[in-house]
Amino acid sequence: MTPDTLLALAVAILLLPLVAFTITIFFGKRLPRQGDWVSTGIITIALGLSLAVMIQKLTGFADETLSFRFTWIDFHNVPGIGPLPILLGIAIDNLSAVMLVVVTLISTLVHYFSVGYMKGDVRYSRYFAFLGFFSFSMLLIVLADNLFMLYVGWELVGISSYLLIGHWYEKKSASDAAIKAFIVNRVGDLGFFIGIAILFMTFHTFGLREIFDGINSGNLPFGSEWWLTAAGVLLFCGAVGKSAQFPLHVWLPDAMEGPTPVSALIHAATMVAAGVYLVARLFPLMTADALLVVAYIGAITAFISATIAIAQNDIKKVLAYSTISQLGYMIMGLGVGAYGAGFFHLVTHASFKAGLFLGSGSVIHAMHHALHHANDHHTDPQDIRNMGGLRGKMPITFWTFVMYTLAISGIPLTSGFLSKDEILAGTLAFGGLTGHVLIPITGFLVAGLTAFYMFRLLILTFLGDHKEAGRIDQIHESPKVMTVPLIILAVLSFFAFYSYNPFGAASGWVMQAVERPAAVVPAHMAAPTASVFEEALHHAHGNAMLISLAMAGLGILAAFATYYWKKISADAVAGALAPVHRFLINKWYFDELYGAVVVDGTHAVTRLMRWFDNTIIDGAVNGAGWVTKGTSFVSGKFDTYVVDGLVNFTAYASGFFGLLLRKFQTGKVQTYVIFAVLSVMVFYFVFRLV
Amino acid sequence: MTMLGIGVLSWITFLPALGMILVLMLPNNRKDLFRWTSLVVTAVQVALAALIFMRFDRGLGGVNTEAGMQFLEKATWIDVSSVAWFGRVHIEYLMGIDGISVMMVLLTALISFIAVVSSWTIDKSVKGYFALLLLLDTGMMGVFVALDFFLFYVFWEVMLLPMYFLIGVWGGPRREYAAIKFFLYTLLGSVLMLLAMIALYFSVNVYIDPAGGLHSVAEATKSMGQGWEKIYTFNMLAMMDPGNFVPGSLLAGVDTTWRYLAYIALFIGFAIKVPIFPFHTWLPDAHVEAPTPISVILAGVLLKMGTYGMLRISFPIFPDAMRHYAWELALLGVVSMVYGALVAMAQTDFKKLIAYSSVSHMGIVVLGMASMNTQGMTGAVFQMFNHGTITAMLFLIVGVIYDRAHTRGLNEFGGLMNQMPRYAGAMTVAFFAALGLPGLSGFISEAFSLLGAFQTFRTLTIIGAVTIVLTAGYMLWVLQRVFLGSLPDKWKGLTDMDGRETFMLATLAVIVIFCGIYPSPVLDLMTSSLNTLSALLQHTASVTMMSGM
Repeated sequence: MTPDTLLALAVAILLLPLVAFTITIFFGKRLPRQGDWVSTGIITIALGLSLAVMIQKLTGFADETLSFRFTWIDFHNVPGIGPLPILLGIAIDNLSAVMLVVVTLISTLVHYFSVGYMKGDVRYSRYFAFLGFFSFSMLLIVLADNLFMLYVGWELVGISSYLLIGHWYEKKSASDAAIKAFIVNRVGDLGFFIGIAILFMTFHTFGLREIFDGINSGNLPFGSEWWLTAAGVLLFCGAVGKSAQFPLHVWLPDAMEGPTPVSALIHAATMVAAGVYLVARLFPLMTADALLVVAYIGAITAFISATIAIAQNDIKKVLAYSTISQLGYMIMGLGVGAYGAGFFHLVTHASFKAGLFLGSGSVIHAMHHALHHANDHHTDPQDIRNMGGLRGKMPITFWTFVMYTLAISGIPLTSGFLSKDEILAGTLAFGGLTGHVLIPITGFLVAGLTAFYMFRLLILTFLGDHKEAGRIDQIHESPKVMTVPLIILAVLSFFAFYSYNPFGAASGWVMQAVERPAAVVPAHMAAPTASVFEEALHHAHGNAMLISLAMAGLGILAAFATYYWKKISADAVAGALAPVHRFLINKWYFDELYGAVVVDGTHAVTRLMRWFDNTIIDGAVNGAGWVTKGTSFVSGKFDTYVVDGLVNFTAYASGFFGLLLRKFQTGKVQTYVIFAVLSVMVFYFVFRLV
Repeated sequence: MTMLGIGVLSWITFLPALGMILVLMLPNNRKDLFRWTSLVVTAVQVALAALIFMRFDRGLGGVNTEAGMQFLEKATWIDVSSVAWFGRVHIEYLMGIDGISVMMVLLTALISFIAVVSSWTIDKSVKGYFALLLLLDTGMMGVFVALDFFLFYVFWEVMLLPMYFLIGVWGGPRREYAAIKFFLYTLLGSVLMLLAMIALYFSVNVYIDPAGGLHSVAEATKSMGQGWEKIYTFNMLAMMDPGNFVPGSLLAGVDTTWRYLAYIALFIGFAIKVPIFPFHTWLPDAHVEAPTPISVILAGVLLKMGTYGMLRISFPIFPDAMRHYAWELALLGVVSMVYGALVAMAQTDFKKLIAYSSVSHMGIVVLGMASMNTQGMTGAVFQMFNHGTITAMLFLIVGVIYDRAHTRGLNEFGGLMNQMPRYAGAMTVAFFAALGLPGLSGFISEAFSLLGAFQTFRTLTIIGAVTIVLTAGYMLWVLQRVFLGSLPDKWKGLTDMDGRETFMLATLAVIVIFCGIYPSPVLDLMTSSLNTLSALLQHTASVTMMSGM
């Protein structure tokens, strides 16, 4: 295949789900089976093409970046800048080639699973339409070779997520969760946008390659190194929102209001991993300081969410916090410079976490039917305290779930072991190189916590006895359309797909394909180079593996001791550590804090502003009107009584005197003579006196 | 381009006025005839706009030269040889469009057409209504094509009166208050504009040849022709040439106090129209009381006259003052953005909320314009167009629900998604466009306004960008309160949109989506002009970049 063919295929992969969306949103309801076969068929084709593209890319053009560009907008000859075309385009490098397969694979499996899970849903065709729209948006992020398209894809996956979380919008909690997801993400996107603005005003392009070249040639934003770090951190804000990192992680647990297959696709495997992908894409422009921020955010996120996961009882909430925690791992991995490992964990996590969600979907589906059959509408079908003993009734779901749990806990021979081990070795090497030992310590601690809460989930759900003996008979294994995807994902959680060596991923194809790119930032601001890091990594590897295995073993042991053998009483521990337990159950009170400060604060400000607008500003306007009216009233009165009054008075006075004087105008000469004589007499006396 | 010897701009401007005369001559009881006449007239206007769109030369700069203007029409309108101390008064009938005005011409034609379709249900004094609507159309179109300040001012005032009656007679319960507030507020602005215009008139000289052609002072100095006479002029293009200012006159020179004052007077006149904080309070009242089609025109076209006036008159004539007050202008833009969004969030009346969202969205235009660079101003002009189409959709949407439910209380609805699916689809597109979702036109204009503004005003733009979170907040909240959740029993009988309503919203939605995916055909209309304007603004003095703030 020529590069052009590969690019053409990539464009086809990108547009196919959009076609599926257009068909199903407009004609879905009129098609047989509401058009689920259109969406499912199209995404399967996209998967086939993606596999072809990836294999061709990794075998034929492993060291090249294939790209295709076009002028989208042309500002022509801009004063002070010169020609300013806005170029958009797609690029296929090894990173995006692997990501293409991850996205289309999980998307395809979720499509098939949904055919069973969403059967009979009120908005069946709409659901599939939005799955298609999501796949398109996600592929846009994957293939973008510029920040503009990345941002566009970023917002579009956000809106798909909003629409799918709110799929059952009759429930207030679902629409609330949808809004929360979108708004919290927008907060992160604000930083992302400002980061883009900084780079755009410096380099007058959105193209990542040109931006990297520009920085490499010593052209820094505002000529300042500080702003380069700031740009990196601001762009990372986008990832903090999308990948649910602390402090913007609060939307993801609520997002579980969406249908479970959506949680698997969007809120576990692909969209939330976009943040990790973004950091990987932008890695060359991240300074050492920016990467340190990334590493700490990842570590803090991993730790906080792992502790919360321990205390949750809703099967999807446990998985949601576990997702946040694993995303924290990936982000931390990239932050410490374990580039390949961080991305590799994204790949392996995609299949076992999608599996966990689909498995939980299978369980919820079964519980729902059993409860429905018993006409029980009060018991929560998602609460693991209502489960137990599902192992015998749902063998496929159980055994696949075991496989995923082993993988996420990092047990050898699984894919999760390979990737997690690489990240932990990376953190250990990083701790040794830079002295930030808190990061590896957190990493290992979280490994133990992960094993504990995942096995707690497994034991409470599938082992022991069912909570209600009568209900277990009504629990049935899910149909093939649901179990086959589970089996495929379980098989993909096996190490052999990624590396021949079960104890080392470095020689595996993913990590071979995805090499850490060289930094473009000035040398003194860059993180330790890949070769220095590799050296430290080499020494850290053995220790990291031993510690992580020990931690995972301890976690599993504790879980069995507490929930299976009941040697330790969970209630007693919770009682003894009551404040801590309450703190964890309430998820570190993040929602309460944000609710009180941000949400209530904003509402208070908006009400204040409304009052200000109505009373002060409009008051001033109406006041001006009132004053004008008042003035005109007063001047009206003045006019009537004073000005006009004076006029009338003058007239009246002259009339009066006229009347008076008329008396003298008698027309008789005698009278005039008398007046004349009298006047002369008066004048005479007056002048005499003077 | 002429038809029957009359230029296309005259046609597109005066066709509605002809329509008005026709409507007035028709018998009183033929309501349908008034509607159909208006529809045909505005449809032809749209066709003419499409013709202009196709014939428009994308390469010409325009802004401050007659050669750059397209579809130019020039004639002597008023010519009185000696008027007391005025001397010879010569006023031209000068029309022409460049990349900035062509967008507004397209928008006006489109929105007027939509407004006529939307007016189909008006049943009170139909004859008067359509006559006024068509007169309003002529006034608006004239403002966007006039290149002579006097002509511009006449159209500006012509537009005012029909608007007053359309709100005051066909409006809601508090229509008289709203209409008077609108009228007086705009009139106040007009007075200030008039003062600035007269000051300009007596400061600018040109030479007129016996044939009536105008020549700049520079041209006359180079080669004075036979019988050329020196006169004052209202010609905007002449006002943009610093060489034409009479030495020692009120507005001569650069960066003088009088020039600043004249700029501020013009600014207030235009700011009231936009409206920019704190001159915005007439807008919510006018919108709430105005009937739906008038709200559509008000938000869709009228508000743009303010920002258009700044781009057409204030900026090119007073580039020095514009630069001097650029930061303050950007600040007012940012305050309008954030403040408008915050006040919008607290509204419970659907229409009032959309009105305040207009204040916020027009703030983006102001911020983009203040940036003085091509990216920002392109974003701003495109935002003017996009806000016109998107807000028209939003007001139509409010109209649809008000016609059925006779209430606009946001908290009274819920669950309409299942009851009115077509309506929900239109509303989703409009709301997503309003909150700046990529793939829809609003995003591109907002993004470039902010990107351009960031280059000039760093901190201000970051504060302003907070609006993208706030807007998403109140827009999605409205969507939730109206469409999601469960349907109250009293709305079980609401019907979905009929064909007429669907036609209007679908037309606008197609434009919004097309401009969001492939904006080049539209952006290409304006980039040359905005490059010219940007060069003009950055040219005279050394460029002052206020990137520190």
